[in-house]
Amino acid sequence: MPYNEPHPAEVRIISKRFGLPNSASIDTYLANEGYQALDKALGMTPDAIIDELKVSNLRGRGGAGFPTGLKWSFVPRTSPKPKYVMVNADESEPGTCKDRLLMEFDPHQLLEGMMIGAYVIGAQRGYIYIRGEYRYLIEIMDRAIEEAYARGYLGDKLHGTDFTFHVRTHTGAGAYECGEESALLESFEGKRGIPRIRPPFPAVAGAYASPTLLNNVETFSSVPAVLRMGGPAYAELGVPRNGGTRMLCLSGHVNTPGVYEVPLGFPMMRVVNELGGGMRAGKKLKAVVPGGSSCPLLKAEECDIPMDYDSLAKAKSMLGSGGMIVMDEDTDMVRVALRIMRFYQHESCGWCIPCREGTTWLKKLLTRFVDGMGQPNDIVMIGDLAKNMLGRTFCPLGDAAAMPTIAIIEKFRDEFEAYLADGPKPRREELVYA
Amino acid sequence: MTLSPALEAKFQKLLTNYPEGRQRSAMIPMLLFAQDEIGSVTPELIQEVAKRIGTQPLQVEEVMTYYSMLHAKPWGKYHVQICTNVSCMLTGGEQLWEHACEKLGIGHRQATPDGLISLEEVECIGACSWAPAIQVNYDFHHKVTPEKLDQLLDSLRTHAV
Ligand SMILES: Cc1cc2nc3c(=O)[nH]c(=O)nc-3n(C[C@H](O)[C@H](O)[C@H](O)COP(=O)(O)O)c2cc1C
Ligand code: FES
Repeated sequence: MPYNEPHPAEVRIISKRFGLPNSASIDTYLANEGYQALDKALGMTPDAIIDELKVSNLRGRGGAGFPTGLKWSFVPRTSPKPKYVMVNADESEPGTCKDRLLMEFDPHQLLEGMMIGAYVIGAQRGYIYIRGEYRYLIEIMDRAIEEAYARGYLGDKLHGTDFTFHVRTHTGAGAYECGEESALLESFEGKRGIPRIRPPFPAVAGAYASPTLLNNVETFSSVPAVLRMGGPAYAELGVPRNGGTRMLCLSGHVNTPGVYEVPLGFPMMRVVNELGGGMRAGKKLKAVVPGGSSCPLLKAEECDIPMDYDSLAKAKSMLGSGGMIVMDEDTDMVRVALRIMRFYQHESCGWCIPCREGTTWLKKLLTRFVDGMGQPNDIVMIGDLAKNMLGRTFCPLGDAAAMPTIAIIEKFRDEFEAYLADGPKPRREELVYA
Repeated sequence: MTLSPALEAKFQKLLTNYPEGRQRSAMIPMLLFAQDEIGSVTPELIQEVAKRIGTQPLQVEEVMTYYSMLHAKPWGKYHVQICTNVSCMLTGGEQLWEHACEKLGIGHRQATPDGLISLEEVECIGACSWAPAIQVNYDFHHKVTPEKLDQLLDSLRTHAV
């Protein structure tokens, strides 16, 4: 059974098999619409499939929200080089824990999405790059891959056609930066996870400098539903330009945290109050991180907002990876800022100076603040340092560190000033689950 | 270096996972799977992996030092990893961390003198909705309280006897 109860307000499209007996087995999958989208795809041209994806308004679920159909169309299908399908299962943006469930409870859905991708771009090999900590998922995925070979869904000349496709799992070994697509490809090739300069993008020169279709687990897992329902019906689930459903990972100070599937455009306050069962201990809401710790947080009064890429972008934040972190009125935002920066400083790969030095100095300044030794000038300096990182780093990890810091220092400046005036505060004892 | 039959089979399989001439891709999986069995990334293992994938040992070492899960020094038999990242911090992860340090009398990346238990404060392990979360070796434990942690640590000790 998944780790939390489903909620009636959910719209379960890609999580609908969660909780079925043996949900990870190919028999359960086949008995519940499994591999029907592949059948349909094999009767369509690659262009028709890409059009269907474009119409569906499916956007990348890994972080940036790039339109999936458009990304698939960038892969040069006529290139003489071998082509690869790559699944980003590195899931390590703080607040995010959904790809894990998609692989644990429905591994064949992911495989089917990969197969459709392989058919579209003409790839014969696909890999699933799984973060090292998720060892049990390698076992689950390997078992599913074996079943797919045994039933003729993977192998050479499949379904009486020329379509040949092989899939393997691959493991990382602890590095957030390896979730960044170009660092992931370096790591996949047996190197340090250092980002590559782009262009060329992975679609053109990815794994082994060959055309590579790289998407997040949830993105690939959504592709079968798009083809089964048809692009327009899938788009219809969400709001304009933001099609379908997505997995929200709700955490923090709510009564019933958990992973829930909701349509794009679902109101944020309904997530807090209905799916989350309201704030714990009757506290008031202070802030929400909408989509993983790199997203600028919203103050309580900004939270009356639909959860879709465009609405959150308009509010100068992001839907990101769907990791929604809820904070109550007693949360110490200075400490939150420090904890976020400690993470990005630890995970900066050190390749480019603005990120390596920027995160290090921001961590030092924030530590000084929390220790009660902040200087009046520090508030401005933290903001300036962070702003100077924006857009000046090799990969977006620098932005990921700077954006939440800027938001916190601008929106909760009073808390930094209180530290200056009153000195250090004892760390809050959090309520612990019984 | 002689590998156990299981590890030898794993290495053979890993080498076939990648296209001809791209065996370097097997480096990180080889190191991690071997470390699980041997306890750490030893100089002999580095030599062995380099030989199998056709690189210099120095290239393996250079890669190995990048990844936080790969380590040259053995950890405890049970490596207890406590997440204190934001979602866990908001639900008591830092309290758990301090509790574990106090109870075991060790700190970050240290092991008990008998080598049984080691501790590490880790970044998000992908269990945020069931926070605070910890991992013991590869096993997840969700919604951990100080009491549950005590029970768990005690059971690791009894297990070992
Ligand atoms: C520092 C950093 C870490 C990232 N981590 C992940 C990750 O763990 N999983 C993921 O799917 N995407 C991650 N991304 C986004 C990927 O670079 C890439 O955009 C995504 O995998 C593309 O898939 P999508 O179009 O399906 O979203 C990360 C990006 C950055 C800059
Ligand atoms: S923040 Fe602790 S598991 Fe994600």
